Amino acid sequence: MAASQAQALVPGLQVHDADAAGDAAALDRLAHWAQRHYAPVCAADGPDGLAIEATGAAHLKGGEAGFLADLEARLAAAGIRARAVMAPTYGTAHAVARFAPDLSIVAEGGIGRTIGDLPLAALRLPDALLPALSRLGFQTILDLERQPRGPLTLRFGPDLGRRLDQAYGRSFEPITPVIDQTLPRAERLFADPIGAPETLARYVAELVTDLCLALERDGLGARRLDLHCQRVDHRLETVRVATARPLRDRRRLTRLLCDRIETIAPGFGIERMTLVASIVDPLDWRAAPSGLGEAEAPDVSGLIDVLANRIGRDRLYRLTAVESDVPERSVRRTAPLAPDSATAPGSTATWASDWPRPARLFRPPEPVQTLALLPDNPPTHFTWRGVRRRIRRADGPERIHGEWARSDAELWAVRDYFQVEDEAGERFWLFRAGDGEDARTGPQTWFIHGKFG
Amino acid sequence: MNNRPAPELADLRTRIERLEQTGRPDCGVLPFGVGPLDAALPQGGLARGALHEVAGGGDGAVDGAVAALFVAGIAARLPGQILWCVTRPDLFAPALQQAGLDPGRVLYVEAGDEKSLLACFEEGLRHGGIGAVVGEVARLSMTASRRLQLAAETSGVMGLAVRRWRRATDAADFGQPTAATTRWRVSPQPSSPLPAPGVGRPRWFVELIRCRAGDCADFTLEACDEKGRLALPAQLADRPAVSAPRRRRAAA
Repeated sequence: MAASQAQALVPGLQVHDADAAGDAAALDRLAHWAQRHYAPVCAADGPDGLAIEATGAAHLKGGEAGFLADLEARLAAAGIRARAVMAPTYGTAHAVARFAPDLSIVAEGGIGRTIGDLPLAALRLPDALLPALSRLGFQTILDLERQPRGPLTLRFGPDLGRRLDQAYGRSFEPITPVIDQTLPRAERLFADPIGAPETLARYVAELVTDLCLALERDGLGARRLDLHCQRVDHRLETVRVATARPLRDRRRLTRLLCDRIETIAPGFGIERMTLVASIVDPLDWRAAPSGLGEAEAPDVSGLIDVLANRIGRDRLYRLTAVESDVPERSVRRTAPLAPDSATAPGSTATWASDWPRPARLFRPPEPVQTLALLPDNPPTHFTWRGVRRRIRRADGPERIHGEWARSDAELWAVRDYFQVEDEAGERFWLFRAGDGEDARTGPQTWFIHGKFG
Repeated sequence: MNNRPAPELADLRTRIERLEQTGRPDCGVLPFGVGPLDAALPQGGLARGALHEVAGGGDGAVDGAVAALFVAGIAARLPGQILWCVTRPDLFAPALQQAGLDPGRVLYVEAGDEKSLLACFEEGLRHGGIGAVVGEVARLSMTASRRLQLAAETSGVMGLAVRRWRRATDAADFGQPTAATTRWRVSPQPSSPLPAPGVGRPRWFVELIRCRAGDCADFTLEACDEKGRLALPAQLADRPAVSAPRRRRAAA
């Protein structure tokens, strides 16, 4: 449609010239953003897309579905409407994102079924080829796939077969990651490809030394390192490690990277290794403790880094108090190096020290059968997991009211907690959902919520 | 029979001890502060640079509640940060605080499986800058426990393995030998009745099943107080005078 025609249809239409260079630059910035937040290998894809190598990165966002949801939500928050698709190959993901609107995750074995029905435009072919193919009656990718390859290549050139193979995952297609030239980096090229783990470790140490010199020059410390190993078959093996504090200790950084060398598959050999400090923070010299006062507390950030890179950053945590009487809400996970919330200003949350609390808390509470006198006597016995226990001693009730400020459903809710001891001396934490009199406060059924030591 | 060890025997013992300690820093011990308990341990307390195993008795083999509190009481009396490795995150932190373990001192590691838990356990022991490492493990083979014990010996950090199984029948595994220095089983016992309705201070039956260079023993103790200290039950500590002379003779 011509611009003049559009202006005639819509009054007050604003017309801007297309800015291809500006779009490409913006897309590049988006790729850098994705590299910081999601995975070390990200690239701008054509005029309107973003390619992210999510292998080994999806679990950090709660699996593939969580990864996609997180990506879409963050883009939407920035005012970008986007469709995110996860697929085993770059070609499939590209095609499905643009031409299959109701699919978001393609399984490993599902490529053939998924892309067979898509139109030929999904194949990333040169524009000149598409009309010629449709003149011959090819509509979908499956139509092409069923044809013998030889005559097709003779007539349309090698591009067609290559794109088909890439879409079906028969040939590998590397994603060339965007590189932020402003970040400190170190690189080694190898005339002879290397592959032995010991050799890799030696060169990792050399790269770290170079990088630490660069970091020291700028007064920076690395918060995250990306090690890209380019193999002779153009595949890229990437290792990403993060640190809890800005760091430029050569020994510790080498240790973190060498822990992960086993995840690098060298294939026929690695011809280029690049080490990038993808997140850096200022790190200045610090005065050493004089030794006159108390000894400085040992630094555990090294241990935290090693463990976090081994099992995942969110699986290493401290537990701090939350101002809530409901037991399961009274504990919150915080980052291992977060300032202690008990000593932080503005937070006064602590746990009550004079009320009994069980060593193990059952989430969710498990229902038990009991016999108890209403309204506030402890049960005389209870049956839990098929075992009937007589109660010898009991303490309670400790009444905990629902948090009406949190939800309307809890306006009247009441739990009466009892600490009970059975004949063998084992202690349990039972509660009745309700105050024993008023039906509004709960169904008056009994639950076990924990076990004391 | 004269129970007093001959001076030659004592000399031999110290020489053997010195041989065993070669190349290892002597990290000292952590006394329990309970007379009979410390007397049963070779150096008068729980060795610091060593691995100790604790399991619960009966249902405690599955839920590990008593064992966790017993270990928390030990960790509370050690200085420094505590690394607590779990596979099942059902530990309730307020209870640990009531056993004297401040939440600001505990760093939790939630490992996906037993294998990575043991790796984290060993990593923590090797680091050396922390007070103790606690690991809740089900299977602990001779090899794995040997690695942990050696790591603890080199760094001087106390390793505490809370043995906790998925099913009560798996607890037979506790009979298998490991390289741990001591092995404990802690089971709950009925508390002494109070003059008023209510439950008193929990009471534990603590069995020292295995102890390197020491004998097995068992004790009835009051559970950890808010500083992590165990105590003798009142009627045992202040036992009637009749039994006192016999006891003195046995200990002489």
